[in-house]
Amino acid sequence: MKFINYLESTTGVSIYGLGSFMLFFTFFVFMAIWVFKADKRLITHLSEIPFDHSDSKS
Amino acid sequence: MQVEQFYYDNRTVKNFAYATVLWGIVGMLAGLLVAIQFYLPAASFNFAPTTFGRLRPVHTNAVIFAFVGNCIFAGIYYSLQRLCKARMFSDLLSKIHFWGWQLIIVAAALTLFMGYTTGKEYAELEWPIDIAITLVWVVFGINMFGTILTRRESHLYVAIWFYIATWVTVAMLHIVNSFEIPFSPLKSYSWYAGVQDALVQWWYGHNAVAFFLTTPVLGLMYYFMPKAANRPVYSYRLSIIHFWALIFIYIWAGPHHLLYTALPDWAQSLGTVFSIMLIAPSWGGMLNGLFTLRGAWDKVREDPVLKFMVVAVTCYGMSTFEGPLLSLKNVNAISHFTDWTIAHVHIGAMGWNGFIAFGMLYWMIPRIFGTQLYSKKLATTHFWVGTMGIVLYALPLYWAGFTQAMMWKQFTEEGQLKFQFLETVTHIIPMYITRSVGGLLYVSGVFIMVYNLVKTVKSGSLVADEAAEAAPLPKVIETHGKEYWHRWIERKPVQMLVYSFILVAIGGLLELIPTFLVKSNIPTIASVKPYTPLELQGRDIYIKEGCYTCHSQMVRPFRDEVARYGEYSKAGEFVYDHPFQWGSKRTGPDLARIGGKYPDSWHYNHMFDPSTMSPGSIMPRYPWLMDAKIDTALTPAKIRAMQTLGVPYPVGYDQQANAELMAQANKIKDNLKKDKIETAADAEIVALIAYLQRVGVDIKGEQKAQVASLK
Repeated sequence: MKFINYLESTTGVSIYGLGSFMLFFTFFVFMAIWVFKADKRLITHLSEIPFDHSDSKS
Repeated sequence: MQVEQFYYDNRTVKNFAYATVLWGIVGMLAGLLVAIQFYLPAASFNFAPTTFGRLRPVHTNAVIFAFVGNCIFAGIYYSLQRLCKARMFSDLLSKIHFWGWQLIIVAAALTLFMGYTTGKEYAELEWPIDIAITLVWVVFGINMFGTILTRRESHLYVAIWFYIATWVTVAMLHIVNSFEIPFSPLKSYSWYAGVQDALVQWWYGHNAVAFFLTTPVLGLMYYFMPKAANRPVYSYRLSIIHFWALIFIYIWAGPHHLLYTALPDWAQSLGTVFSIMLIAPSWGGMLNGLFTLRGAWDKVREDPVLKFMVVAVTCYGMSTFEGPLLSLKNVNAISHFTDWTIAHVHIGAMGWNGFIAFGMLYWMIPRIFGTQLYSKKLATTHFWVGTMGIVLYALPLYWAGFTQAMMWKQFTEEGQLKFQFLETVTHIIPMYITRSVGGLLYVSGVFIMVYNLVKTVKSGSLVADEAAEAAPLPKVIETHGKEYWHRWIERKPVQMLVYSFILVAIGGLLELIPTFLVKSNIPTIASVKPYTPLELQGRDIYIKEGCYTCHSQMVRPFRDEVARYGEYSKAGEFVYDHPFQWGSKRTGPDLARIGGKYPDSWHYNHMFDPSTMSPGSIMPRYPWLMDAKIDTALTPAKIRAMQTLGVPYPVGYDQQANAELMAQANKIKDNLKKDKIETAADAEIVALIAYLQRVGVDIKGEQKAQVASLK
């Protein structure tokens, strides 16, 4: 019942580390590019959502 | 456009807020008692439920899942409704969520006191409670996503992203780590063994910190801090980067809890690398919080809510800087197994989680009761008492941890260890005393808060259904500038859920799979055999009494540890350990090589009263072990469960097990008799002695051959 018995043939463990880093890096770069190119009005609007209350308690 | 009238549900928020305070006090008082037991062992009252091994899990579980858990839910139920401009999806689900969670907490406390534990830190709760947690978590999820889907605000504010990531990841962590085989209505064995169990457990343990104590609380920070300061967050762009970077990196960092252990080296390094990378998003988040107060620092001087939040965010910054530091192998070699770690987590728990909770409560309670805070002055007093409490708690423990590690590692000129283990403990007792004073101050502050909040509540009345109005979502959503991909994810929260799940799942899988796949990661050692039935029973007592909360079973490959304890631990030694018992703190010495070190009678006397065998010992007494009997009726079920998990007992062994158990027990009984100790053969102490005498002996005879085979 141990996983090891089913799947013991994997080699090249380094690919996991490398793959993970690449995944993260690519995602992060794309996300950062978007974030800095995003429309300023939108960003301002987003950051003001908590204050957009109809009950305006605070 | 037609505006819709609706009502925010404040009753559920109130319930969760009250539960936060109640369980906070329970958890902190339990913490105070365990802190006192360090220098006053009699404070365990020679009573099983109040010994450190059982009380410490009560403390950690109560603080994490009851105090912070309820605080998160209170904050989410308050902020989510307002950020979505919608009432919670279902009042019934809110009710089930609230009462379900409280029932789980009560069941958790009772079972932990009774000694039902899986023996895995922060995941101690047994299988029926694990299932209940899953169900209630699903209820919470449906309620949250239902609210998001029926919202009147087209955009999802960043706080909601943090809530979604929290929900997804905690669900995954909880389910994966709780795989276990039940063998009785309240007991089970972990599905995983040894190294794999350790990796899964610390993948879970670390991410419980990340996704239960951090991401949801960051969500709260991104909502309540701007609200309290009455200005938007410093940089919304930064908050997006903060979010994605944090959830992506956090999931990888778990192995840093296992540095220098028998975990494969590559996994340790992976954990370290990602831990270092974590500094960037964490500090981004901290600065984002602090800069939100730019130009508003004069408010901090007057507003206790902001005071709490500033210190909370600062503590977040401190512990997220220290965390990566502690994952460097050279620092970890000193800090691990000492009180340094305890100090580190309490900066997080008391400073970050606690102070966000207090700030939030002081801000929110008056609002849902339509009144003002009874006394700002008392809240400020609470702030100062609490802050002093944190300082008095943490500083002595940093000192204690560092001092003790240095003492452990010291050799005389002749090449002998300079200090006995016990000397390194008695040396830091003054620090333990100061720490408990810090804890006392901190909890006193909470009582001040209770008084203040009670007075506040009495001066107002609950606005159970708070009227609000907003326009419904338009069919065509207005875009600002170009349509972009991120907006596409964000507009569809279910997609958002799926994508964040994929992100954390990739992280989790890539980290875990190799250890399961690669046989060479766990070299099998021919001389390592399954536990005998009596040893298995004894091991269950070891787990039940929470011995792992003070004793590690992991000799790291350091000169001092090998000199003190014996041969360093190998991955192959733990293949039958369901669950693993490596531990994370050495209040007592490591036990990985305890087998055969002392005679049976030594263990008997030591468990009856540790101070007779090691004068000055702070270990509690375990007198009930001498009288309590092991439940032999469960032996066959235990053996069968182990067989299901792949432990190679012969077919049909479950039926012979009890005969072998009694034979071994009688041997130990006779052995004790020679030293003039009378005991019943089926007493718990006999089984425990059998287990202790077995730990780490498998490879003793074969060390040389085994080292050769590893090469």
